[in-house]
Amino acid sequence: MSLDRRDFLKLGAAGIVVGVFPGCATSAGEIVRKNGQRVVIVGGGFGGATAAKYIRMWGEEKIEVVLVERNTQFISCPMSNTVLGGSRTINDLTYNYDTLKKKYGVKLVHGEVTAIDPQKQTVILADGYLSYDRLIVAPGVDFMFDQIEGLNARVAGESLPHAWKAGAQTVMLKKQIESMRDGGVFALSIPKAPYRCPPGPYERACQVAFYLKNNKPKSKVLILDANPDITSKKGLFTAAWKELYPGMVEYRANAAVMKVDVAGRIVKTEFEDVKADVLNIIPPMKAGMVANMAGLVGAESRWCAVDFLSYESKLQKNIHVIGDSVLAALPKSGHMATSHAKVCAAAIIELMQGRQPDANPSIANTCYSMVSNNEAMHVAHVYRFNAEKKEMIAAEGGGVSAARSEIEGTVANYWLKNVLADVLL
Amino acid sequence: MNKLRFQTFTIAFITGLTLSSAPVQAAGDNHSRNLAASCAACHGTDGHSVAGTPVLAGMDKKLFVTQMKDFKSGARTGTVMNNHAKGYSDEEFEKMADFFAAQKR
Ligand SMILES: Cc1cc2nc3c(=O)[nH]c(=O)nc-3n(C[C@H](O)[C@H](O)[C@H](O)COP(=O)(O)OP(=O)(O)OC[C@H]3O[C@@H](n4cnc5c(N)ncnc54)[C@H](O)[C@@H]3O)c2cc1C
Ligand code: HEC
Repeated sequence: MSLDRRDFLKLGAAGIVVGVFPGCATSAGEIVRKNGQRVVIVGGGFGGATAAKYIRMWGEEKIEVVLVERNTQFISCPMSNTVLGGSRTINDLTYNYDTLKKKYGVKLVHGEVTAIDPQKQTVILADGYLSYDRLIVAPGVDFMFDQIEGLNARVAGESLPHAWKAGAQTVMLKKQIESMRDGGVFALSIPKAPYRCPPGPYERACQVAFYLKNNKPKSKVLILDANPDITSKKGLFTAAWKELYPGMVEYRANAAVMKVDVAGRIVKTEFEDVKADVLNIIPPMKAGMVANMAGLVGAESRWCAVDFLSYESKLQKNIHVIGDSVLAALPKSGHMATSHAKVCAAAIIELMQGRQPDANPSIANTCYSMVSNNEAMHVAHVYRFNAEKKEMIAAEGGGVSAARSEIEGTVANYWLKNVLADVLL
Repeated sequence: MNKLRFQTFTIAFITGLTLSSAPVQAAGDNHSRNLAASCAACHGTDGHSVAGTPVLAGMDKKLFVTQMKDFKSGARTGTVMNNHAKGYSDEEFEKMADFFAAQKR
């Protein structure tokens, strides 16, 4: 659906539009007056915020960048599992957009994008629109609640938090674990791949086990995995469960959750009914809703196909997609989203200045997993553009840690500080 | 013309990118900058690490290249650098080295 300008004027006239931007609320026109070449970015997460900074930095501030984000704060998903383990609070992971505004001159608009009009090249919000020369769509993931009977966004927000976007749900889940009885069952359900952060659910199992071991040692962590096997760092995770949390973590493969009894906290898989004390269902995922609205998702997939030289959509001209929403044989991670963002930023600058994008991009990814309060392990790969396949292919030499270690726990914290500074500061 | 440049040229030619309005290729130094950008998640923007990972900004070119080659060959073992260094060619180490050496400390 895309509203046209007349619909907006009508909405505005009817007084339905609530103004967030003083002086703009009544006009329902262009929210920020366009000044020369402009890139609008939808979504100020790992991908979008990085793209905003790098277009300003590499483009010598010649290109106007407007970043639209629904939240006023940036809360890091990476390391948010350690909030459940107890070694961090959500405040430690909460940042803001001030430096992007002040140091780089990014124009920040707080609001919800409700539609995109690829023909008119406009992005539509409740109280007006933004026109663009090029658009970057970086909305992360949305959840396919309808795949699990009994589950929906409201239930997740009120009583069964997925906590797969860090914030209020992370805090709610932490409280539920804290008020669980000793001897209780924490059940964690993992959706079929691809989903955001392949090792993340197994890291979460470790963090919850870490808390329970120290506080409610008779309890259990039960993993119901829709996948046929552990999807990431299998040897390292099974060793961690066995050695650090003996007898506590139980893993079941091919255990997709199909139905949930919310009040009874019972989940139904193909094979059994499982009753839990705390139930953490991570629902299946798809590209962020806004990507669906803009016609960026093909019929055969739940993700957005792009050209890996520029991240321009294969379906819509002048619209680029980066981060978790991209269709690729690449892990959906924060580090990866920043990698997409930089290739995309560089390409947009070249294109706007009448040149061609770098024809030989290479990008990197590293995912650290904290298995206790101080030990971690990694998986790391460099990916290079393959001109024949037109895809990003993992280079030789990537791989996982030989073993978990405290030194990697320390380096993982260095990673977090540097990556967040690279995105926001 | 080195091998990498040649590849770049062929790709552009095959896909017809250079034919239409005769746009020029991405400037050569931008390619070095782009390569180096994939290190920022751990070593900071332009090599300005804000945590315990080594600062790469302003690093002597020879020292940089030697260390990268040692990570690649395994002569030096780190926690994670071997997995990254193995993904690049020696020519690319030279390019990244130029980029980082040019950054103010
Ligand atoms: C528990 C957990 C642990 C993780 N650990 C790691 C890790 O250790 N390392 C790692 O690299 N990755 C990790 N990840 C993955 C990482 O968080 C994601 O891959 C990353 O955030 C993807 O970036 P993105 O820009 O695509 O999406 P996001 O960072 O989610 O950003 C999308 C933004 O778009 C905004 N948005 C969406 N739609 C609209 C709209 N219509 N209007 C306005 N704004 C909108 C959202 O509010 C959001 O801020 C983890 C994830 C989880 C859940
Ligand atoms: C995942 C984090 C990570 C990424 C990505 C990364 N590094 Fe490193 N780097 C480290 C760590 C940690 C060390 C210390 C050695 C180790 O533990 O592997 C290091 C060490 C180094 C050193 C040695 C510095 C010294 O003085 O001892 C150099 C040079 C280096 N990195 C260059 C790079 C370059 C170039 C890239 C990008 C191509 C890169 N690194 C990407 C984490 C990273």
